[in-house]
Order: sequence, then C-alpha cells, then structure tokens
Amino acid sequence: MHFLVLMRMVPDVIEELEIAPDGKSLDREALRLIASESDDHALEEALLLKERHGGRVTVVAPEAPEVDDLLYAAAAKGADRLVRLRGVNPGLGVPALAGSCVAALQSSAGLLPADLILTGAQTIEDLDGLIAPLVAFRLGLPYIGVVTAVTEIAEGKASVIKEFQAGYRGEFEIALPAVLGVQSAEKPPRYVPVAKVRAAMKSAKIEDVEVPQPVAQSLDGIEVLSMAKPEVAGRAEMLEGSPEEVAGKICELLAERGLL
Amino acid sequence: MAGSVWVVVEQWQGQINDISFEALALGRELADALQVPLEAILPGPQCSTLAGQLGCADTVLCADHAALAEPIPEVHAAALADLARQRQPRVVLVPATNNVWGVSTLLGAILGAPAVNFAIDLKASDGALEARCVLYGGKLETRVRLTKEPAIIGLWPGARPADQGRSERQPAVEQVPVSVPSDVRLRLKRYIEPEAGEVDLTREDILVAVGRGIQSKDNLELAEELAQALGGEVCGSRPVVDQGWLPLSRQVGKSGLTVKPKLYLALGISGAPEHVEGMKNSALIVAVNTDPQAPIFNLAHYGVVADALELMPALAEAVRARKG
Ligand SMILES: Cc1cc2nc3c(=O)[nH]c(=O)nc-3n(C[C@H](O)[C@H](O)[C@H](O)COP(=O)(O)OP(=O)(O)OC[C@H]3O[C@@H](n4cnc5c(N)ncnc54)[C@H](O)[C@@H]3O)c2cc1C
Ligand SMILES: Nc1ncnc2c1ncn2[C@@H]1O[C@H](COP(=O)(O)O)[C@@H](O)[C@H]1O
Repeated sequence: MHFLVLMRMVPDVIEELEIAPDGKSLDREALRLIASESDDHALEEALLLKERHGGRVTVVAPEAPEVDDLLYAAAAKGADRLVRLRGVNPGLGVPALAGSCVAALQSSAGLLPADLILTGAQTIEDLDGLIAPLVAFRLGLPYIGVVTAVTEIAEGKASVIKEFQAGYRGEFEIALPAVLGVQSAEKPPRYVPVAKVRAAMKSAKIEDVEVPQPVAQSLDGIEVLSMAKPEVAGRAEMLEGSPEEVAGKICELLAERGLL
Repeated sequence: MAGSVWVVVEQWQGQINDISFEALALGRELADALQVPLEAILPGPQCSTLAGQLGCADTVLCADHAALAEPIPEVHAAALADLARQRQPRVVLVPATNNVWGVSTLLGAILGAPAVNFAIDLKASDGALEARCVLYGGKLETRVRLTKEPAIIGLWPGARPADQGRSERQPAVEQVPVSVPSDVRLRLKRYIEPEAGEVDLTREDILVAVGRGIQSKDNLELAEELAQALGGEVCGSRPVVDQGWLPLSRQVGKSGLTVKPKLYLALGISGAPEHVEGMKNSALIVAVNTDPQAPIFNLAHYGVVADALELMPALAEAVRARKG
C-alpha cells in the first residue's frame, strides 16, 4: 500500500497576525508557521494505516519556512519518503496549489500511484476552496471529507468513517485510489521527542520536486479587497483583577441572573 | 431563471437545516437588491413534503433524484453543476455543513467558477458581488469581490437569523430533471448514531466548556470541580475530544452539539467558527483566555484575560462560598 500525505504550513493563530502594507494579505515576514492541524491528523492516520496494512508513507509539502521541520518530524514518526515541492506560489490560492501539487506528483517518478491520498479536511486559510476535493477532481479520483477513521482496506476499497452533525457519523465505502480529507485521526497525532527528530535530520533525506510549469491560474474570479480584524457588533466587557477578584465579579453576574 | 440567486437547501433526517434558512434570508436580501428571483434548490427525495417550508424563495426547484438522497459530494456537485449549466444562476449559496463537505469546492471546480469558503455575508456592490469571509479561526476577516459568474459561496453559519428565512408563503414549485454520474465510487454503508452521553447537554442550564487551553487531561479535574460547584456539566471543543480527554458526546460545535445554556463558561477556547456555531446562542457567555486577541471575546458577553487554570479553582471556591 502506498499512502501519500499532502501537508501544508499555515500561520500559527496563537501569534499576533500582522496585515501586510497592501491591506489585503498577511505580513508573511512576521508570521510563525506551523503544520496545519488536520494535515497532522492526516499524517497520523496514514501512519496507523501503514502499521496495520504495511506499505509506505510519502509526505509531500510545498516549500515554506520551517517546512523542513515538518518533514523531518514526519520521518521521525515513521514516514518513508519526504518531498518538498519547489516553485509553488502561495499567493495564488488553493485551486492553483492543488494544480501545482497534482502536476508535480504526476511529473515525478514513484509519487503516483498512491492507494490513498490523505490531507487535512480544511486549513484555516482555505478561502477559495478545499485542497482535498480539488486534488481528487484533478486526478479524477473519488473523494470524501471530514474523515475520522479508515476502518478497513480490502479488495480495492476502503471503509471510512465521516462525521455528520450532532454527533452522527457515517460509514462509507470508497473505491481506491481515493482522496480523503481527514478531520481527525483515530488517535491523537503521536508525539516525537526532539532527539528523534534530530536523528531523522541526519538519516532522512528531503527530495526536491519542482512544479513543472507555473500554474497560470491565479485567484480566478476572486479579487481580495481587504483583510482586517473582524467587524464585530460588540466586544465582551472585560473583567479585571486577581483570580479571586474576577471570581467574585463572575459570582455577582451569576447571582444577578439567578444562576447562583 | 438565468441570473437568479440560488440557495442550495440542505436536509438532515428529513428536516431542513437551520443554516438553509439563514442562507435563504441572505439570498432574499441579495435577490431583492439585484432584482432577480430567489430560487431554492432542494436536492433529494421528500421534495413534496419540504418545499412548502421554503416560501422565502420565489421558486423551489425540486431535484428529486434518488441518487441525491445520500450525502455523496461528487453526486451532489455533479447534479448542481448540471442544473447550473441549464439555468445559469448568478450566484449559488451552499451552506457549509459537514454533511456534504466539499460540494461547493467541487461545484466550483466542475464549472470553472470561483468558489469561496467561510463566507458570513454577501452583498451586491457596484454591480459585482462582494463576500465577507472569516479566516484564521475567526481572527481575521477578508472582503472579496467575485468577478466571474456563477459565484459559488460556501456560507458559514450565522450570516442571518434562521427565522428571517422562514415564511408562511407558499412558493412556486418546479420539478427539475438532473443528471448524475453513473459510476459513483463512494457509497454510504450506514449511519452511526451518536454515542449516548450520560447526560443530555442540550438541556443543561450551566455548561463549563474547556478547550485546548486547559493543556492536559489532568486539568479537567479543575473544570469538573467548577461544574459541580455551579451545578452544571463539562463540555469541550474539538481538540479536547480529539485528545480523548472528553467523549464525543460532550463536543460542542459543527460536528458536535448545539447548545443554548443560561451560562456558557468558555475556558481556553479560541472561538473558532466551527466551535462558535454550536454555542453562539447561549444566554450568557463568559470567556477566559490568555490571549486578549482571541476571537471568543468578539462573541462573549464578559471576558477575562487570564490563565484558566488559575481562575477555575478561584471561581469554584467563590461559588462554594456563596452557596454556603
Ligand atoms: C469540518 C470541521 C468541523 C469541526 N467541528 C468542530 C466542533 O464540532 N467543535 C469544535 O470545537 N471545533 C470543531 N472544529 C475545529 C475548530 O476549527 C477549531 O480547531 C477548534 O474549535 C479549536 O478548539 P480550541 O478553541 O479548544 O483550541 P485553540 O483554537 O487551539 O484555542 C486554545 C485557546 O486557549 C487559549 N489558552 C491557552 N492556554 C490558556 C490558559 N492557560 N488559560 C486560558 N486560555 C488559554 C489560547 O489563547 C487559545 O485561544 C471543526 C473543524 C472542521 C474543519
Ligand atoms: N493510483 C493512483 N493514485 C493517484 N493518482 C492516480 C492513480 N492512478 C491514476 N492516477 C492519476 O489519475 C489521473 C487519471 O488517471 P487515468 O484515469 O488512469 O487516466 C491521472 O492523472 C493519473 O496520474
């Protein structure tokens, strides 16, 4: 079995997000990037599947600051092949990113076929589309998103669990090869000690794959006018003081409403 | 009709989802501003029983195809694309629920049309459509102009009150034939019922909600003590459930529960849109977060910039003292 995982670096929203001088985008200089959370779950699911079914895991990620850390961490967790995509223009949006990834996968030996292509269900920056269905569409493969488990792989098919709403889930059968948008893996992404990542830096190799030709398609039909802090109707009234003082104030609020 | 505004209506277990009514309310405003009809697209069976609820639209287009009974994204996207090619709408509002996650993106890809996600508002401006979208877990918003038609809008919950999209009026109903792909490679085997929780959180008056900010499973005890002091229950955001600290039956949000307690105490929860949609209608929201920029403060009635791990025991103590 070949499990191919597409991963992306995204801004860490715990940090202050600065707007670039154009007023339309993030100031990429000031950003701290981390692996997209659901991509991390996609990797975990792929590693669990490799443990269960055998085979190999390839991780593919577009070049970005700190992406090497992501790739080496993946190797330390058990990924077999690490690929850094070069020549992806992050400013062109998700459809162009999907196009670039697919073109690169098709142009480089041994990346395809893959039995399952796994990636996150969504990232916090998917303004103009989700990458999983776009990759599936371009490869002509079936797709399902919000996946939380792959319960079975047999006879060219996989059984997957997908979340609906209000705690309802569904079990689906999907023909392989297929693309999955993973929401969360069956287990929390495994922890790797820094020492193991350091070891992977020495032993694992990151391959560079060039995106064949620049994908011309930009944010086709979408023009970003502005980016800013949300316009809000009202903000919370802030309670200040020591924990004890704040606790007293909250008690007052609750008492006023008959909740104490 | 060519140039009309479309709302794709979503049903779940035979009921029309609230977000479809929210979309209809927004669609109505937009259609009126553009002076074009509002058409509700109702995919799947049960058209005849459900169409009557869609009077906010001028016309309901019933795509009553058996293949649309199941939530298969590529089938829904193909059917919508087929219909859109026949009838040339100007804009297609697609509610962003988990159920057919990916449909708006696939629809855009099939039609070669621009598709945006995370939209919470849409208006006509100088003859073009302008959407407001929430990015970065609610920390930023972006305004985008859609310069090609049809524009596919993945609409997030909360754009308009659902009630605004309900109407007693009887809409015109039109049956529309749609073609769907014959070689579908995805099949629903079965629905899985929610894990039975020991309590029904949707009936609780007081919820103590914890997010990733509580940092470890051990700290859940602090939340449990606080909930006990308050006479409430503990629930959580997705990462807490993903970590296995709380069962899925206690997850609030898009995939989990929608709750409306008298008090929702949000501890170490950032306020991502997928969480907010499950708790935004709580009567009193008090949020505790170390990050003064956390989006939860845009929604909460009261906020505290503090370490939840310090506040929880202090509050439990104060509550116990008051209750005597
Ligand atoms: C299809 C889909 C469905 C989803 N469904 C759901 C759902 O049903 N429910 C849900 O919740 N999410 C859901 N999500 C996930 C959602 O996007 C967010 O990732 C999630 O809500 C974030 O949870 P959080 O606020 O606990 O974590 P984070 O966003 O990581 O926030 C943690 C917060 O804790 C604060 N903090 C840290 N330390 C402390 C401290 N000591 N004291 C106080 N504050 C502290 C931080 O400042 C931060 O704001 C879904 C996502 C997708 C794509
Ligand atoms: N197993 C596979 N995994 C991923 N992509 C594939 C696989 N098989 C075929 N493809 C791609 O899917 C597209 C359509 O393939 P085909 O239908 O075989 O012409 C081509 O771009 C192939 O590169």
